Amino acid sequence: MAETVETDAQDTAAADGRRSLGSGPGRLLVALYGIFTVAAASRSLYQLIAQFHVAPLAYTLSAVSAVVYGFITFSLVRGGEGARRAALVCCALELLGVFGIGTWTLLDPAAFPDATVWSDYGMGYLFIPVILPVTGLLWLRRARSA
Amino acid sequence: MIDALTIAVGATALALAAWCGFAAYRDEPTKDWHFIGMALVSLLGIVQLVVGIVQLAGGHTPDKGTALFLAYLIGAAACVPGTGFMSLSERTRWGSATVAAGAVVLAVLEVRLFDIWGGGNG
Repeated sequence: MAETVETDAQDTAAADGRRSLGSGPGRLLVALYGIFTVAAASRSLYQLIAQFHVAPLAYTLSAVSAVVYGFITFSLVRGGEGARRAALVCCALELLGVFGIGTWTLLDPAAFPDATVWSDYGMGYLFIPVILPVTGLLWLRRARSA
Repeated sequence: MIDALTIAVGATALALAAWCGFAAYRDEPTKDWHFIGMALVSLLGIVQLVVGIVQLAGGHTPDKGTALFLAYLIGAAACVPGTGFMSLSERTRWGSATVAAGAVVLAVLEVRLFDIWGGGNG
């Protein structure tokens, strides 16, 4: 029974390319990206409103990361070749952001009185911010050939 | 009261994560028993949300601020139901993996909640 269900799911995924980005392993990515969108967005919104003067740079960068996460989540759910390419670009941007801001926070801690989502390569978030774009890029590359 | 609830939700969330993670490892989708487990954890999360709001209404102030506490409470309550629904339409091992991920996130949120409330003081 379980096997039939599984083949069905694979058939529909293959037949319907628009939905394949968010199914299978993509479903796990949608969940993680969704959670990170909500986390980063609510965190930066709160900080931008309540305590913007404390660390304007850090909070603005958190807001940017929230937008990137949100866009990738949306693209994964929407599916299709255009969305796949857009998500690919965003995942690359995200990876650059994590490494860039991660290095920046280590070199110039004075510029960051408070942490961003991508501080210290996402250490405060169990390094998921680094792992996520890498798996995202791998998945999006594989989704093209499928 | 709220500390005990936080620990209970965290522990059951970890158990659910292990259970669904095991299902993913065995290449199985989430089944009825998994959904009963998710319902239990979700119920605990909702109880925690209600108890948290009642405590806030009763005049308690969390160590790290009311807004933060409330946001984490709502996020915690939404975690497992959200990923549970996602696994309903993903009848493969990846549906199980999604629920396991949601449950791990819930456990992490509980640790933060404990900290935000000022665990041990009330």
